[in-house]
Amino acid sequence: MSEQECEENIEGFRRIIYGFPGEKRYIIAIMHELSRCYRYLPRAALELTAEYVGVPFSQVYSMATFYRAFSLQPRGRVNFKVCDGTTCHIKGSNILLDEIYKNLGIGPGETTADREFSLETVNCIGACAIAPALLVNERVYPRVNAAALKEIIKEYRGGGDNDHHE
Amino acid sequence: MTTMNKSLIHLLLVCCGTGCVANGAREVYQALKDNLTSDDKAVLAATTSARATGCHGLCAQGPFVRILPEDITYCRVKAADIPEIVEKTLKQGEVVKRLLFRDRQKKALVQGQNDIPFYRRQTRVALRNVGLIDPSSLQDYLERGGYRALEKSLLDMRPEQVIEEIIKSGLRGRGGGGFPAGLKWKACAATPAQPRYIICNGDEGDPGAFMDESIMEGDPHSVLEGMIIAAYAVGASTGFIYVRDEYAQSVASLQKAIEEAENHGFLGENILGSGLDFDIEIVRGGGAFVCGEETALIASIEGHVGEPWDKYVFPSEKGLWGQPTIINNVETWANIPVIMERGASWFTSLGTEGSKGTKVFSLVGKVANTGLVEVPMGTTLREIIFDIGGGVPQGRKFKAVQTGGPSGGCIPAELLDLKLDFDSLSQAGSMMGSGGLIVMDDRTCMVEVARYYLSFLAGESCGKCVPCREGIKCLLEILTRICHGQGEIEDLELMEDIAETMQQASLCALGRTASNPVLSTLRYFREEYLEHIEGQRCPAGICRELSEFWIDPAICTGCGLCLPRCPVEGIKGEKKQAHRIESDKCIRCGECIDSCSFQAIKVK
Repeated sequence: MSEQECEENIEGFRRIIYGFPGEKRYIIAIMHELSRCYRYLPRAALELTAEYVGVPFSQVYSMATFYRAFSLQPRGRVNFKVCDGTTCHIKGSNILLDEIYKNLGIGPGETTADREFSLETVNCIGACAIAPALLVNERVYPRVNAAALKEIIKEYRGGGDNDHHE
Repeated sequence: MTTMNKSLIHLLLVCCGTGCVANGAREVYQALKDNLTSDDKAVLAATTSARATGCHGLCAQGPFVRILPEDITYCRVKAADIPEIVEKTLKQGEVVKRLLFRDRQKKALVQGQNDIPFYRRQTRVALRNVGLIDPSSLQDYLERGGYRALEKSLLDMRPEQVIEEIIKSGLRGRGGGGFPAGLKWKACAATPAQPRYIICNGDEGDPGAFMDESIMEGDPHSVLEGMIIAAYAVGASTGFIYVRDEYAQSVASLQKAIEEAENHGFLGENILGSGLDFDIEIVRGGGAFVCGEETALIASIEGHVGEPWDKYVFPSEKGLWGQPTIINNVETWANIPVIMERGASWFTSLGTEGSKGTKVFSLVGKVANTGLVEVPMGTTLREIIFDIGGGVPQGRKFKAVQTGGPSGGCIPAELLDLKLDFDSLSQAGSMMGSGGLIVMDDRTCMVEVARYYLSFLAGESCGKCVPCREGIKCLLEILTRICHGQGEIEDLELMEDIAETMQQASLCALGRTASNPVLSTLRYFREEYLEHIEGQRCPAGICRELSEFWIDPAICTGCGLCLPRCPVEGIKGEKKQAHRIESDKCIRCGECIDSCSFQAIKVK
C-alpha cells in the first residue's frame, strides 16, 4: 500500500469507502479496510460511511464500538496482541502483559506517546497448541516467555519492522 | 494415503498450519523449494514434489515434513535441516534419525505417522484431507475424491433424497448446540419463501478451539462442497461464509478455493449441468464472540451490531433478511460430502446411540501432545488425554479438563472415563461446544479459571438483555473478591442463585450458559472455593494474595535452575545446597515452580 493511498483526508476516505457497494451490509468490510489503512477509524471516515450507505451516524458508531477489531484511537506502528484465550491464560499470558507494561509503559488498549507501540488482548488466535502466543502485527510468536518478549521488543524498537523473516 | 503422480518418486508434505508457521514452517518450505530447484538437482526436482499443506495435528512437535510413499515423519524441522533431508533421505534413502518422533513411553524412535500413538487412535473424517493436500490446489482435492459427492447428489438424487440421507445419518451440528442438521434442512425446504440462503458459521470463538480454522485453512473445498450440496437440497442461490476476524489465513484459503471452484463449474450458473445456480461470498467478522450465536451472526452479516434475537421462529424459516436460511458450522459442512459419498449407514456405524460420526477436539493446555484430534463420538476423556495426548507433562497431577468453551464446564479426574458425546457431556454439567479440551493440572486454580471465563463473557455479552449483562457482572465481582481473599461463605449460595436466574431468563444461549463455568467448578471443586474463603489459601498458588511459596529442603538438590528464572532475585542458596525463597521479595509469579524439575517448590 502506497503512502498516497492512505492519506488521512477526505480524499483518502472516499477512495476506500466508494470502493464498496453503498449498502448497509458492507459497513464492517469498509471499517476493516479503513483500519488496515489508518490503524484506527477516523471520525470523519465513519461519518462519510454512514452517509454513503444511508444509515444514521449513530448506527455506524455503535458498530465501531461493538466489534473488537476496531479502534477509535490510533494504534501503534507495532501492534502487540497478547492472546488471552483460555490456554494462553493458564499458560501465563498475564506475565506477558506485565512484561510489556514494564518495558513500554502501556496496558491493554493503550498506545505509546510516540505512536510506535500499542497493546491489546485478543480472545484466542487459534494457536493454542503453542501457547502462550503473541501476535505482533501479523506475525505469530510461539511459546513466549518474559525473556523472549524482551528480545522481541528489542527487534521492533527503532523502526525495525522485522520483515527479514519473510 | 494420498495419490501420487506416477512420475514422482517422492512427495513431501510440509505442515503450514498456524502453529507450524509460527515455528518457521514457511522458511522450511522455502528451503525445500530452493534445494529442490537448484541446478545440480534437476533430476531430483523432476521426481519430487513439495506441498505446503494444512495442519498435521500434532502441533506440539511441529514443523513437520512428511515424506511419502515411505511415510517418514520428521518433527521440529528447521530450514537448516533441509539440505540433510534432501541429501540423505531423498538421494540415498536414509532416515535422519535425530528428526524422528520420540515415543517417550516406549523410549523408541517412530518413523511413520500412523505409528505415532497420537495418530494411531484417530479416525479422520472431517479432517480427512487436512495435512495431505495443498489447500490451494483443486487438483489435490479432486485426486482425493473431492466433488464426487456433489456429482452424485446433483445428478443421481432428488433434493428430498439428499435431505433424507442427511437425516438418516443422524449428523448433529458440530458448533455447540448439537441440533440435527437434516431437520434444519427439511424445515428450510418446507418453507415456501424465496430466495433461501446457506450460511457457514466460521466464527469459531471458543478460546481453546481451532478445528474450524484448520479445516478452512487446510481443506476449504470440503466446506464449499457441503454448502453446494445443501443449496441443491433446499433450493438456495446464495451462500455466505462468516469467518472470524482473527483468521486471515482462512479467508485467503477460502477465497482461493471459491475462485477455483467457479473456474471449474462447481460454483456459478448451472453447476455440473444440473440447473443449480449458486454463489458463495465471504464475510469477515468484526471480532465478537456472540456472533458465533446464529441469530447474532445473521444480524452481523446484515450490517448490524451482533445482537441475537429470541428464536421463537428458527432461521430455517426466517433467517437472513427474513428468508429461510440454513446455518451450520464449518466442521458440520466438512462432514456432508463424506456422508453423501459413503452413505448414511456408514456414518452411523461410527459413534454412539445419540451422537453419530466423529468429532474433532483441540487438545490443549497442560498436556504433552497438544494439537487436533479426531475420534469417534463416545471415546473417553482418558483415552484422549492420556493415550493420545500423552498425559500431563512435568510429572504434575491431572486436575480437570474444561470442555465446551466459556459456556462449558470443568470435568474432574473422577469422571475421566466419561464418554465424549453430546448427551454425556450435558449430563456432567458441561457441553460439547465446538470441541475445545483444555487440560488443567494442579497448578491451575479452579476459582481463577471460573473468574477468567466470567471476565471473558463480561467483555463479550452484547448487553441486550438484563439477566446476562448484569448477572455476569455480579458473578465476576464475587469471583474476583474470592480470588483476592475477600470472599464470604454466603457468596457461594448467592452465586448459585444468580446463576439460576441467568439460566432461566436470558435471551440467547450465551447468557443461558454463561454461569456454567461457575456452577461446574462449584459442583466438582467446592473444596477449593472453601479453601479460598475459609482457609485464605490458594492451593494451586495462582491467586497472589492467597499464595506463599517455600522450597522443601528435603527435595531441593540445589541445582540452581530456578535462580535465574526469578525476576526479583528472591531465591537464595549455594550450589548443591537447598535453596530458600525470601518471602518479602517474592511476587508469587510462579516462574520458579514451573522451572523446577524436582517439584521441590511448594505452595504453603
